Order: sequence, then C-alpha cells, then structure tokens
Amino acid sequence: MDFLRPAGWPEALAAKARHPAAVPLAGGTDVMVEINFDHRRPEHLLDLGRVAELHTWETDGDHVRLGAAVPYAHVIDRLAAPLPGLALAARTVGSPQIRNRGSVGGNLGAASPAGDSHPALLAAGADVEAASVRGTRLIPVEEFYTGVKRNALAPDELIRAVRIRRATGPQQFAKVGTRNAMVIAVCSFALALHPHDRTVRTGVGSAAPTPVRARTAEDFLTAALAQDGLWETARPLPPSVVREFGQLAAGACRPIDDVRGTAAYRRHAVAVLARRTLGWAWDAYRAGEGREALCA
Amino acid sequence: MTNDHRLRTGGRTRGGVGESAPRPDGTLKVTGEFAYASDLWHEDMLWGHTLRSPHAHARIRALDTTEALATPGVHAVMTYADLPAATHYGLEIEDTPVLADGVVRCHGEPVALVAADHPETARRAAARIRVAYEELPLVTDEATATAPGAPVLHPGRTDAHAAHVPHPNVVHRQPVVRGDVTAARARADVVVTGDYEVGMQDQAFLGPESGLAVPAADGGVDLYVATQWLHADLRQIAPVLGLPEDKIRMTLSGVGGAFGGREDLSMQAHACLLALRTGRPVKMVYNRFESFFGHVHRHPARLHYEHGATRDGDLLFVTARIVLDGGAYASSSPAVVGNAASLAVGPYEVDNVDVEALALYTNNPPCGAMRGFGAVQACFAYEAQMDKLADALGTDPVELRRRNAMSQGSVMPTGQVVDAPAPVAELLRRVKALPMPPERQWETAGGACDLRALPGGLSNTTHGEDVVRGVGYAVGIKNVGFSEGFDDYSTARVRLTAAGGEPVVTVHTAMAEVGQGGITVHTQIARTELGVERVVLHPADTRVGSAGSTSASRQTYVTGGAVKAACEAVREKALARGRARFGAAHPAWATAGLRLEDGKVVTDGGEVLALLADLLEDDEPVEAEVEWRHRPTEPFDLRTGQGFGHVQYSFAAHRAVVEVDTALGLVKVVELACAQDVGKALNPLAVTGQIQGGTAQGLGLAVMEEIVVDPATARVRNPSFTDYLIPTVLDTPAIPVDVLELADEHAPYGLRGAGEAPTLSSTPAIVAAIRRASGLALHRVPVRPEHLTGT
Repeated sequence: MDFLRPAGWPEALAAKARHPAAVPLAGGTDVMVEINFDHRRPEHLLDLGRVAELHTWETDGDHVRLGAAVPYAHVIDRLAAPLPGLALAARTVGSPQIRNRGSVGGNLGAASPAGDSHPALLAAGADVEAASVRGTRLIPVEEFYTGVKRNALAPDELIRAVRIRRATGPQQFAKVGTRNAMVIAVCSFALALHPHDRTVRTGVGSAAPTPVRARTAEDFLTAALAQDGLWETARPLPPSVVREFGQLAAGACRPIDDVRGTAAYRRHAVAVLARRTLGWAWDAYRAGEGREALCA
Repeated sequence: MTNDHRLRTGGRTRGGVGESAPRPDGTLKVTGEFAYASDLWHEDMLWGHTLRSPHAHARIRALDTTEALATPGVHAVMTYADLPAATHYGLEIEDTPVLADGVVRCHGEPVALVAADHPETARRAAARIRVAYEELPLVTDEATATAPGAPVLHPGRTDAHAAHVPHPNVVHRQPVVRGDVTAARARADVVVTGDYEVGMQDQAFLGPESGLAVPAADGGVDLYVATQWLHADLRQIAPVLGLPEDKIRMTLSGVGGAFGGREDLSMQAHACLLALRTGRPVKMVYNRFESFFGHVHRHPARLHYEHGATRDGDLLFVTARIVLDGGAYASSSPAVVGNAASLAVGPYEVDNVDVEALALYTNNPPCGAMRGFGAVQACFAYEAQMDKLADALGTDPVELRRRNAMSQGSVMPTGQVVDAPAPVAELLRRVKALPMPPERQWETAGGACDLRALPGGLSNTTHGEDVVRGVGYAVGIKNVGFSEGFDDYSTARVRLTAAGGEPVVTVHTAMAEVGQGGITVHTQIARTELGVERVVLHPADTRVGSAGSTSASRQTYVTGGAVKAACEAVREKALARGRARFGAAHPAWATAGLRLEDGKVVTDGGEVLALLADLLEDDEPVEAEVEWRHRPTEPFDLRTGQGFGHVQYSFAAHRAVVEVDTALGLVKVVELACAQDVGKALNPLAVTGQIQGGTAQGLGLAVMEEIVVDPATARVRNPSFTDYLIPTVLDTPAIPVDVLELADEHAPYGLRGAGEAPTLSSTPAIVAAIRRASGLALHRVPVRPEHLTGT
C-alpha cells in the first residue's frame, strides 16, 4: 500500500488524477477502521492532512463554505449559530476523540446511509464542492448520494468543501441508537424551518439505501403552514398536522432489517422523531427564533 | 533494648487488611503506561496469524498451503497434519481441535497457522491458503440438536458425561429434585409460568488475546501470555506440544480484563507450535474482530419456569427447565450446567423443586465461562417469576421476596444446608430503604433540557416526551469457588528477608491478576500477617504451584487464603528463630500470642521484643510454601442433584430506577443501587469497584449486549465494538453501594467472594423496572427498542 502525501491542494488533485482508486484519508475515523478490520486494502492512500485549506471555513453570503476536513468538534464549538442542525448532528458523532478527527467531508466521502451529517445537510440545503484537475463543480447534496456507500464523485474528484445554507430558522436533529452515546444511527431525522422562503426541509438517515429527504412530508407541511397563515401567526400547530407529518416522514423510508434494528421499528421511530423535532422547532419559532427572517 | 528509638514506634502496619490500599497498577492503567500482553516484543520475533473458518459446519475437502508457504517473509504454515502430538484439548472435555481436524464446527474455528516476519505478510499469506469446504447441515438449537437423524457433532464421546446424557448432542444434563412437586401443586392457590430467553453476552474485555512464545535452548518454550489460570493452560498445552510440563515455562503478562473469557486456550498452543517449528520467538495478537472468535461467550439460554404459592405468598414449589447453548465445543459447559441447576430457584426457601438444566452441542459459537457462570441466566428468569407471582397475588414484590428469603440454616434444593450468614431479606430491605433519585433530572434551572439525563442521551430523541419512570428489584445467589468435588487449591510461597536494615516480604503465587485487585490484596494480607510494610510481589509464573483460576469469585478466598497460611507459617518460623536467638534475654519470648507488627516482634500486651530486621540480618531468609484448600465439596447426584456441592454462597440485591421513552423504546437507567454481603471487605474500595463493575456488566446484558448469531447460517453478525455495544459512561448510572460484612467462619478473615453476585441481580432489577415503566411482559434480554414498541 502506497501512502501519498501531497503538500497542497493542486498536488492532491494531481495525485487523485494519477491514481483514481486512491482512497482519500483525512481524519481516518472510517478508513482506518476499514483497513484494520481488513474490509479494504487500497493500493494507495491519499493523505490530505497537509492540505491546510481543507481545515478552514468561511462565510459566503447566505452560505457557509465548510472545508472538507473541518472536524466535528469545530462545527459544534464555532458553527452552531449558522449551522444549528449540523452542530446537533455533530454532537451525536462517536466519542470526543472521533469528533476531534472526523469531518463532514469524510462523512460525504464514505456516503454511508447511517452517516450523521447527511440528514442535517439535506434539511439545511447544501452543495458539495467536488474538484479535480478538470475543474470544480457543485453537486446538490440530494443528488450526491447514489447508493449504499456510493456517491456522485467522479474517480478523479475530491471533496473540497460543502456549501451549506445558513439557517434562517430553527433546525433540529435527532438520532435513535441502542446506546446513549457513541452509537451508529438505527435511524435519524433532521428538520429545518426556512422562514425566509416559507419552506420546510427534512433529512432521513439510516432508513433507506441512501440518506433521503422526506419530500411528501415537506410539501405537506409547507402547504399546511401557508394555508393556515401559520408562519405569520406562529400559532400552535394543529395536532393532526404534526401527526400527518410524522406518517409522511415514515413513508419516505425504505428501511431494511439488520443487526441494528428492524425495518418496522425504523419506520415507527422516524415518525416519532419527525413529530418531536417538528414540535421542538415550531416551539422555537414561536418563541421568536427566525421570525425576523420572515419577509412580508 | 527498649532504649533503641526504633522500638518505640509501635502500632499497626499501614496498608493492611481492611484498608483501601491503592492498587499498584492503577495509575499505570489510567495513564496508558501499563504494559499489556499485546505490548510484548522480542528481537527477531515472528508474527503468528490464524486462518479461521467462514462456515459454521463444513467438511474440509482439500487444504493447499503451497502458495502461502511461497510468500516471501513466511517462515511456517501449519495445519492439522503438522501437529506434533495431541490434536485436541479442553478445559473439562478434550473435544476442541488445536486446528480443524477435517471438519469445522463453528464460525471462526482455527484452520491453519502462519508465522511471518510481519503481521501483514502473515495475514496475506493466510489469505492464500486454499481451503475447499463442503457445507454440512447445521445444529443451531435444541430442536435441531435432538431431532431424529440430527448430525452428531462429537461422535464416539468417551467423556465423563457421555453415559448419562439423553442425546450425544447434550454435553451434560443435571436434574435437581426435592420434595413432592405434584402434591405441592395441588395445594397451590396461585401458579405462574413463564418462558424466558437470555441472549449471548460477550466478556468484551478490552485487551485482546495476545502472547509471545520464545523457544528455549533445552527444546522447551517460554510463554508470556494474558490468561486467567497459568497452570490450566500449561496442563492443556504440554500434550499438544508433546513436551513435559517442566519444559514449558509460563509467565503472566499484562491482562486487559478477562471475566471468564480467558479460561480457555486461545493463541497459547498456536504460538508455541509456531515458535518450536520456526525456532524463532512468535508473537500473536488478535484484533478486535478476531477476538470475538478467540474466546467463548456466555451461554444463551431458554428457560421455562413454574412457581406455585399459597395465597399468603409462601412459595410451595418451583419447576424449571434450563436449556443452555454450549456451542460447538464443551469448554466449561458441564460446570455451568451444575450451577444453573443447583442455583435455579434463587435465594429462596422452597421445599418442592423439580429442575432440569442441560447444555447443548450446536454449531453456534462455543460458550463457557463468564462472570456469573450459569447463575446469571437462572436469576433473570426466577426474578421475573417472583415479580409475576407478586402481581398474581397482588402483593409487593419485595415483600414476597423477603417472606420467602433463605437465611442461615436454610436448605438448598440440593439438600445442602446454608451454614453461613445469608442475609437475603436484609439486603432487600437495605436497597429498598435507600432514598430515591429525584424525578425529572433532565430539567435544569434555566429551563433547558439536560439531554444526558434522558433516554437517548445526546442523540436528542426526547426532551421528556413519553418518558416514564419505573422501579424494579432483584436479588441473586452465586456460589463461590469451584464446586462439585473439584480439588480447588492455591499455592503461595512467602519469604521474609532483610534488605538495607528493613524487613521485606516477597509473595510468589501464580495468581492471574486480571484487574480484580488480587495483587493489592496479597500485599495487604502479607502486611497484616507479618507486620511488614514493604511487600514485593514476584511475577506470576509456573515456577510456583498452581493458584487456580481467577474466576468463580475465588481468588481472594483461595489464593488469599494460601498467602495468609504461608505468612502464618513464616511467622511461626520467624518467632521460632527469635526464641532460639533471643529467648534467654526476655521471658516473654516463651509466652503465646506473640505478634509481628510494624517490623517488630511484640507481645500481646504490646511490648516490643525485637526488630524483625535484627532477626533476619546475617541469616537465611525465612520462607514457607503452602498449598491451601477450602473445605471439600461433593458432586451432585446425577438423578436427584443432591449433594454438598458448593463451598460458599454470595448474595447481592439491586434496586433499579429507569426511565423509558415508551414511544421510541429507549431506556435510561437512572440509578442502580446495590447491597451486598461480602463477609469481610479486605479492601473496601476494591470491593466497591467490583460491585460497580459487575452491576454495569449486568446492565449491559439487560439493555444492549448481545452477540447476534444468524440462525440460518450460525454465523456471528456483529463481531465488533461498532455493533456489539457495551455501556458507556452515559449509560452507566450512579451505583450507590451498601456493603454488609457478616463473617463466614469457614473463610479467611470471614470473607465472601464478591466479584460475581452483583452481575446476577442487576439485569433482572433493570428489566423489572422497565416492565413497571412500560407495562410490558418482556421475557428476553437484552431488551431491544423493538420489544418496547411492538415493532
């Protein structure tokens, strides 16, 4: 196994172009486990540790451009205001040691349906910035996941950053695991209220071959909020709306039975999480969070 | 003589029995400095690797090692055909192949060994061994094991149990019959029945199996290894190597936890075989994945119980049928059966009992020793039954237990009279009397929600919605020491010398320190018995006699007893030397009751007669070696289960307070209070640690720990810490511990083995609390969210 250590981003892209099968390595929290367990033995490991810009983030208008290797701990500590949903998700990742090393870019690269970032990215709205020696393109995150542990990257592409829409309203993330910390999701759910354009977006994790948006649930809730003028009045949500939203979210699942949980439980739990996160987010909205973003 | 200022400071020796002396390995382990067996290193060593079977039951049609042997860096490849002597080994029954003998009987069974100059080379070479398997029909449970025409996994058995088992796929069967159940059933006002199931728990020790074998010039081998019982390993390794035992010198290396999982051999014989074959030191370290195949697990069990009582709540009869899945090889299944059968009723007085316990041979992973050893499975079921009975009677579950609790003088279903304190009712009273933890601890002053206090923790699944509290109680009984007539002894060699004008004690035993704190206790015993503060522990090895196993809660009792007895012998010799040397100078030398204290010989009135250092200077060390035994036991009758089978009993009770998210089926254990009688706490802090550790292990079984075996393939589905979950600090609640010390006159210092009892009652107490919170019957552990949500 050859260990490639590019000194900067152009060299990294060149190395990836030369060795398209090379496995990029940032925090190593997924890749090293797979190597240690002998699940994969790539010919080349591409260490991105020396590419400084991957560890930085900047604000770009309505977006945060998050370097692919910015660790979760940093997202929790510094980005909870613009990216509250992602920060909540980051809190549930592994142990403190893992959160110091692991990153959203790594989560996207692995593209596991159980990755904790994905539902939060789907709910917030995000584009993956994919780069190669051929240039850079933006891939909407909902088009990024193409199958179980597969993504839309071309063989010569690396993830440079994720451009995530800054929150204009309350966001929530909840994840079910059979342990109260350090656990892989049995299923997870993210919800973002976007008062600036009066929309709602969601993300469902670990309940389908890829992370997915529960679009029917989103459309239903967006319509229900508009129809009753709830964005303006901020009145309590009718229980029937909350219940229906949960059912529609569960309907977005295409879960399997596996060692972590049954398909039936996953569907059930996603409905519960959808109801609860909507309740918490709406309570926060009613308390004033995001009301200023509402345009007349 | 009393003018010597050194003689004036009398008083007790510091750090003796009863004090919370600090453990010598504590700081090293916490700071990461402790050297574990996986840290062993030798110049020129090779790395051993094991090729394991991907199938649970298959015939090996062909095995080709040519390509593996041709791999550069490979020094040896060994298969069954290369074994020099004995081909099978085992703790109780020699049924386990050193390497697969043409048939594999479980997923992960060792098939071939490779030694190479780099672990990666060894791994790659192993992958180049070509094995042609022909899959065979699987035996996975009682029905498939005993069906007409079922594959017999070990044909031609000649072991001690072969003659009395009902089927060759039954390892051992033990009934316990007492009184007249039929007559009692006719008198019973209330009868409750239940079927229960216990999943396969793993010891989940953190230090994987590892060791280093170094070939010696005399044709023998030096083996450094993490194990639980050096001499049992030695007894099994020697025939495999075809060497006399004195050619194999074993030294204990740093052990990262055991809990029963290191009782059986793992890499010991393999590393020695490769070392002798190559003439080079060979190191073997399992990784986490392999470790799940490297040791036996706790027997999964199916249990059927029937309890009958009067309307006043007096237990009239109990019947039980306990089926343990022993997996592919016997390991310690027979002894586990003996425990499950003899302790099946729990710590209760019942005159009419009909119990049957048996262990199966199947193609599932082999199961054997784990903390609690057969008593854990039974306790989960009999405590569920006691709650069910209380419900049926409309009575308080703790009161029902206390009404039927055994006490000193009670008769076990085996006929054995409990001849030491058995404070079962008192333990229950104590846990029940403890103050309750406050409600709704997740609510903070600022109105925010402390997620860590809620089911789901930081995963943010509830802010209090659907969270219901439940409280449950349980109590258990565990035997201490090896039972059923086993010659269970320990050896200790103690030497008293002077160094630099100060007395020094050296204690040499073969006891495996696996984290239980035995080395601390040995130091404390030597200090107390010999009045010397400086105690040096010789590394544990086979240059001294056996110390027995570090299991069955027995080490403080038995090896501690041996150290105490050896110290007493040394004391007598030292006093004899003192009398000979100084007796003429002071008449008190002739009196009885002389003590060694704080480095001095003192009279029972406290008068100092001599410095120990003066006694020892310029003379031979005072030395004694003792082989010490607890009182003998006897086997259980094979038809009735009657017999004085156990050395000592140990009792613990738990109160569990849990909060359940009833919509998601997630559980937060809020508090897990334990009261336990330990006879005498030789080291109170260490005892508390044992109780808390055992309690946490019971929590794991209650709500998360299970090796999942696919019934269709008998393959393990979750051999990693990603999917075999053990409790984290956020899952482990406050564990208030109330220690009772009622001396057992048969035991050294009156002590009672403490390590296992808390593992028993923790699990059923938690499940009882979850039942209260959820209103569900819950007959299986671990309890999963699916069970709580009906999905």
